[in-house]
Amino acid sequence: MSKIFEVPLYPYQRSADQDAATPVRHKVVVVGAGPVGLALAIDLAMQDVPVVVVDENDKVSWGSRAICFAKRPLEILDRLGCGDPMVDKGVIWNLGKVYFDERQVFGFNLLPEQGHKRPAFINLQQYYFEQYLVDRVRALQAEGKPIELRGGNKVLDVSQDGTGAELTIGTPDGPYRIAADWVVACDGAASPVRTLLGLDFTGRVFEDNFLIADVVMEAKFPTERWFWFDPPFNRGQSALLHKQPDNVWRIDFQLGWDIDRAEELKPENIDRRLKAMLGEEISYELEWSSIYTFQCRRMDRFHQGRVIFAGDAAHQVSPFGARGANSGLQDTDNLAWKLKLIIEGKSPVTLLDSYDAERIHGADENILNSSRSTDFITPKSEISRIFRDAVLDLSERYEATRPMVNSGRLSVPCTYDGSPLNGPDCMTLPARTRPGSPMVDAPVPGGWLLDLLGSRFHLITINEQAPDAFPVEGLDVKCLSLFTADDADGHLAQRYLGDAKSAVYLVRPDQHVAARWDHYDETAVKAALLTAIGR
Amino acid sequence: MTALTTKANIKAPDEFYAELLAVHEGLSKSESDALNARLILLLANHIGNRAVLSQALRAAALKD
Ligand SMILES: Cc1cc2nc3c(=O)[nH]c(=O)nc-3n(C[C@H](O)[C@H](O)[C@H](O)COP(=O)(O)OP(=O)(O)OC[C@H]3O[C@@H](n4cnc5c(N)ncnc54)[C@H](O)[C@@H]3O)c2cc1C
Repeated sequence: MSKIFEVPLYPYQRSADQDAATPVRHKVVVVGAGPVGLALAIDLAMQDVPVVVVDENDKVSWGSRAICFAKRPLEILDRLGCGDPMVDKGVIWNLGKVYFDERQVFGFNLLPEQGHKRPAFINLQQYYFEQYLVDRVRALQAEGKPIELRGGNKVLDVSQDGTGAELTIGTPDGPYRIAADWVVACDGAASPVRTLLGLDFTGRVFEDNFLIADVVMEAKFPTERWFWFDPPFNRGQSALLHKQPDNVWRIDFQLGWDIDRAEELKPENIDRRLKAMLGEEISYELEWSSIYTFQCRRMDRFHQGRVIFAGDAAHQVSPFGARGANSGLQDTDNLAWKLKLIIEGKSPVTLLDSYDAERIHGADENILNSSRSTDFITPKSEISRIFRDAVLDLSERYEATRPMVNSGRLSVPCTYDGSPLNGPDCMTLPARTRPGSPMVDAPVPGGWLLDLLGSRFHLITINEQAPDAFPVEGLDVKCLSLFTADDADGHLAQRYLGDAKSAVYLVRPDQHVAARWDHYDETAVKAALLTAIGR
Repeated sequence: MTALTTKANIKAPDEFYAELLAVHEGLSKSESDALNARLILLLANHIGNRAVLSQALRAAALKD
């Protein structure tokens, strides 16, 4: 049986564009049908912005790569209409164990906060993730939404002027050209578009190799994340075991810098490592193996004229902390509504500067967190190893140092503090929902708060009167009125009111808070709305 | 705001100093380094206050 990542999912088909005398012009062309390009295209198409996605390949991710998807991306996927298949298939986990040398140092429970529709994390193979996104593209096409996915279309060249860009695309039938008002490069860490435009991608290289073995086995291990520091079966290095759906287990061995890649990838050598780790008696089937190295780096700016970068093309982090695809989805969440407003002429092109500001802030936070994890996992000096080992030794006996154990700080969304789009704040309301924050989910009558929000501006009133709809200069703001009388568990009050009696939140299409007050004031809301759309 | 105490604060300082050396007795250099690191981490956790810890780090680096 072929594996799902071996089957062409969107094989090359000749497009009418290839026979046009002059390059056909599109609103938006997305380069790359990885998790980020697909999510962006779905977002745009759902909002009736025509989009063409081109990818040199025609399959989902080769092997799994990303396996751990956090709550915020799941909420974004809910908005895009494809959260359910991911969560239904995914493995939910909360427990973890940390080992040092031959001992278990401690176990932990992520203890997810109550009152959220989605779990803190799921584990799901990246190929399923991408497959469900492609399924969603097909469903949108069936609804007549303007989205096209072209496999076997490799971008060979890109040029731009002040009003748009032109791409040269290689196909099995030879090259052709298309034009676009906007090009979004979601073409991965090696981004050919970035290279073709001669843009920098700078940061820190980590001198380390990791061997991934995704194995299928009937194992009795619980659904937990196990992490080893300096274990007997991989001396001086680390290792990770984590469960994915279909009895696939992710095993990750740190290898160090001076290694022979070809030698390490030989099945007999992988087998030797697996048996040393899991016992001689295990039986398994190797689904996919790979050796990866990583870097933490980002572009100086995330857009250059009419070409915008998102996902790994714009920033790259170490896999510790599951921040790659997770943060890429937050890029598209941030970008889609801004691009729509600009295309519709409702916002100036300078609104894109806020995409740079907000997502560079996010990328820097992710790079900082994943660099810190890496420095803990792979101490770079004698003294940092001494402290790392001290933290682990103490953690076996005392709770005190356990919070310092860093085998990856799992991805949480960033708050766009200081964003140019933020409006007024009201200091009596809780800090976690201040302007720039992603809305925190909460149960509301009949469902979940986040399911009611997004893809447009919303005005939420809590224990306060406001009009039903709120038209401002061609923007249709929907009002949502909530009451703490319906909030039996108090989650809404705790997350949105604090000590205040009432509150009014202006929420962006990406479900981030734009501004908030403790009472309704039409003039103030209108002003904040204009700020939030960059006018 | 609490500030780092840089005035003498330990009663019977000679005894404390002797005790500090005593736990290191018979240890190799690397065992001593490890013990020191554990001690710093435990004391830092006890203090907890981030501002005080930052002051202590600067003071220990002879930067103030
Ligand atoms: C071992 C490992 C573990 C990871 N674990 C996690 C995790 O647990 N959680 C997480 O969130 N992230 C994780 N990541 C990161 C995650 O895999 C990436 O961040 C994610 O794939 C980035 O998505 P993307 O769409 O930006 O780029 P990609 O997935 O790289 O997609 C780029 C696409 O562009 C296409 N393309 C490239 N060049 C061209 C061209 N010239 N013309 C047309 N198309 C082109 C490619 O074919 C590809 O489909 C992990 C990564 C690795 C390596």
